[in-house]
Amino acid sequence: MKIAVCIKRVPDTETRIRIAADGVSADEAGVKFILNPYDEFAVEEALQRKEKAGAGEVVVIALGPDAAQETMRTALAMGADRGVLLRADAIPADVLAVAKALAAELKDGGYDLVLFGKIAADDCAQAVGPMTAELLGLPCVTAVSKLELDGGKGVAHREIEGGVEVVEFALPAVLTADKGLNTPRYPALKGIMAAKKKPVEVKPVTFAAPRLRVAALEMPPARKEGRIVGEGPDAVPELVRLLREEAKVL
Amino acid sequence: MDDSLFFREEHLEVREMVRDLARNEIAPIARAADASGEFPWPTVAKMAELGLLGIPWPEELGGTGMDYISYIIAVHELAKVDASHGITVSAHTTLGTSPIVDFGTPAQRAKYLPLLAGGKVLGGFGLTEPGAGSDAGGTATMAEDKGDHYLLNGSKIFITHAGVGEIFVCTARTTPGTTGRGITSFIVKKENVEKAKAVAVGFGHDDSITWTKGVRAGKKEDKMGWRASDTRELFFQDAVVPKEDVLGPVGEGFVQFLKTLDSGRIGVAALSLGIAEGAYDEAVKYAGQRKQFGRYIGAFQGISFALADLATEIEAGKLLTYQAAWLKQNGKPHKIEAAKAKLYCSELAMRATINAVQVHGGYGYTTDYPVERMMRDAKVCEIGEGTSEIQRLVIARSILGDVVGGG
Ligand SMILES: Cc1cc2nc3c(=O)[nH]c(=O)nc-3n(C[C@H](O)[C@H](O)[C@H](O)COP(=O)(O)OP(=O)(O)OC[C@H]3O[C@@H](n4cnc5c(N)ncnc54)[C@H](O)[C@@H]3O)c2cc1C
Repeated sequence: MKIAVCIKRVPDTETRIRIAADGVSADEAGVKFILNPYDEFAVEEALQRKEKAGAGEVVVIALGPDAAQETMRTALAMGADRGVLLRADAIPADVLAVAKALAAELKDGGYDLVLFGKIAADDCAQAVGPMTAELLGLPCVTAVSKLELDGGKGVAHREIEGGVEVVEFALPAVLTADKGLNTPRYPALKGIMAAKKKPVEVKPVTFAAPRLRVAALEMPPARKEGRIVGEGPDAVPELVRLLREEAKVL
Repeated sequence: MDDSLFFREEHLEVREMVRDLARNEIAPIARAADASGEFPWPTVAKMAELGLLGIPWPEELGGTGMDYISYIIAVHELAKVDASHGITVSAHTTLGTSPIVDFGTPAQRAKYLPLLAGGKVLGGFGLTEPGAGSDAGGTATMAEDKGDHYLLNGSKIFITHAGVGEIFVCTARTTPGTTGRGITSFIVKKENVEKAKAVAVGFGHDDSITWTKGVRAGKKEDKMGWRASDTRELFFQDAVVPKEDVLGPVGEGFVQFLKTLDSGRIGVAALSLGIAEGAYDEAVKYAGQRKQFGRYIGAFQGISFALADLATEIEAGKLLTYQAAWLKQNGKPHKIEAAKAKLYCSELAMRATINAVQVHGGYGYTTDYPVERMMRDAKVCEIGEGTSEIQRLVIARSILGDVVGGG
């Protein structure tokens, strides 16, 4: 089973983001970058599929700056076999451009499965997976929380509002991973060491003129912080007291 | 401390992984394990599976092939969340495993390191005795030469992993008297007293080990801190240790354990630093949440200056600890640097946790916040692997030599 996982380097979801002086981008100074959390589910699923099949290859593909190689190391340390970095100084805001570059890389790769995370934690576009599928002419199932594969066919479960949708599809296919699909493994220390020796191919990419641009970036309005009163039933009396005396809602 | 001073990319990856593990898997159970005092088998098994029990040893010996700095990073990160998990890794690695790496014959290394460095069972180090603590040269456990084996009689106290571990390096006296020269190291094996739990998690017991007859663990100590770490007495009653389990030359035990403790102390320094930083982080968070007199308490100079001092001291502690680790890693003398790092960081852990409880006020005194546990966990850092007084003695001797004289 040959599986591609498209991964993205994104700011740590716990980092405090500041808007850069240009007003349209995030200030990267001092920001820690991580493997997009939903992509971890995709990587884990690919590894489990390969392990189950007993043979195959898991290739991780990232589009981004050189620094995205560090992110790629995480996936390689988890167990992916090799990486391809589609190198671009900046990731275009026009996600179709990203999808086109990925589709070009994936087209002749002979992949049985192409996995994405459901959503990137930074731009939240949720579009690159489906767009890439469309460009490749492959079926696409988004937000997969359970997956069964049997020969050339697959069944995917999707959590939808108030229920579960079960979708059948034929391989090869493009899927985007939701939480619940699996529990991503921690990279073992041996995996971290092994990742240093795994090949990463770097291919520069160029994009056509963008058809959209980010006009402005704004911080959400400040939210009043919450307070944790305690845990479990013991916390209830204090919570009730606070709701009555401080929040005055009871 | 700037990362580029001592860390390469793989170090940052180790840090990231251990941080995630600590935050996601260990932090949620730390309080319960502290309260019950039960050894946290599932999380320790997880650490073993990820390679955290064999970090600085080469792959040929069953380790992960990483370096000493990576090991120090792991202990440091674990202790930020839970000191008990930190000491489990530290005691197993530097006390339990390193003597066999450093002094073992090829046969001993081939036999025991895949089990220890490979993270199959826990190891420990039996030096301290009821009558020989700081003065470990006063070891009274006797080892009598019986031709093809030694017969050990005596007992060890406060031995980390004495209950849950299976392979131990222990010292005993092969020449009667009270001097260090008559002490020899032995490898002894006893079955995990929590075997069923170990088997259930798939880590901590190995049937292939031949147990040393006459070795037994005592009851678990009920401790102030490090409560999820297993500390017990180890008894030797006509314990039969075959000569193949003598570690290094006869009479070299004293010299060996001084060397083992030199690097062990860097581990305790990292552990102490982790506790200090963990408590400091909690205090900073709380100071920005809690309001009194209409302001965040962090706005009061009494609080903010205390945090400023801690931030500065933690920085100093990191530099001391990672410098000592770097010296050790590069094969340079590190005895004094290790003693300084351990002395400074263990006392810092105490100050930092006391202050963190203070910043939390009454809430910090309850188990709803982790700082009271951290304060209890910090104290033993000033005691284990050489008390603060002993560290001062080591440092003072290096300055004043014979003027200071013997312990
Ligand atoms: C939780 C825990 C885990 C441990 N794990 C292990 C382990 O795995 N293996 C192991 O071998 N040991 C272990 N120990 C033992 C530990 O190393 C000893 O407790 C420590 O070395 C001190 O010895 P002691 O308790 O006998 O105190 P003592 O030596 O009796 O000291 C009592 C006091 O006298 C002071 N003192 C002693 N001599 C001098 C001097 N010359 N100058 C000034 N002051 C002095 C000490 O600093 C201390 O304040 C552990 C201890 C604890 C509490």
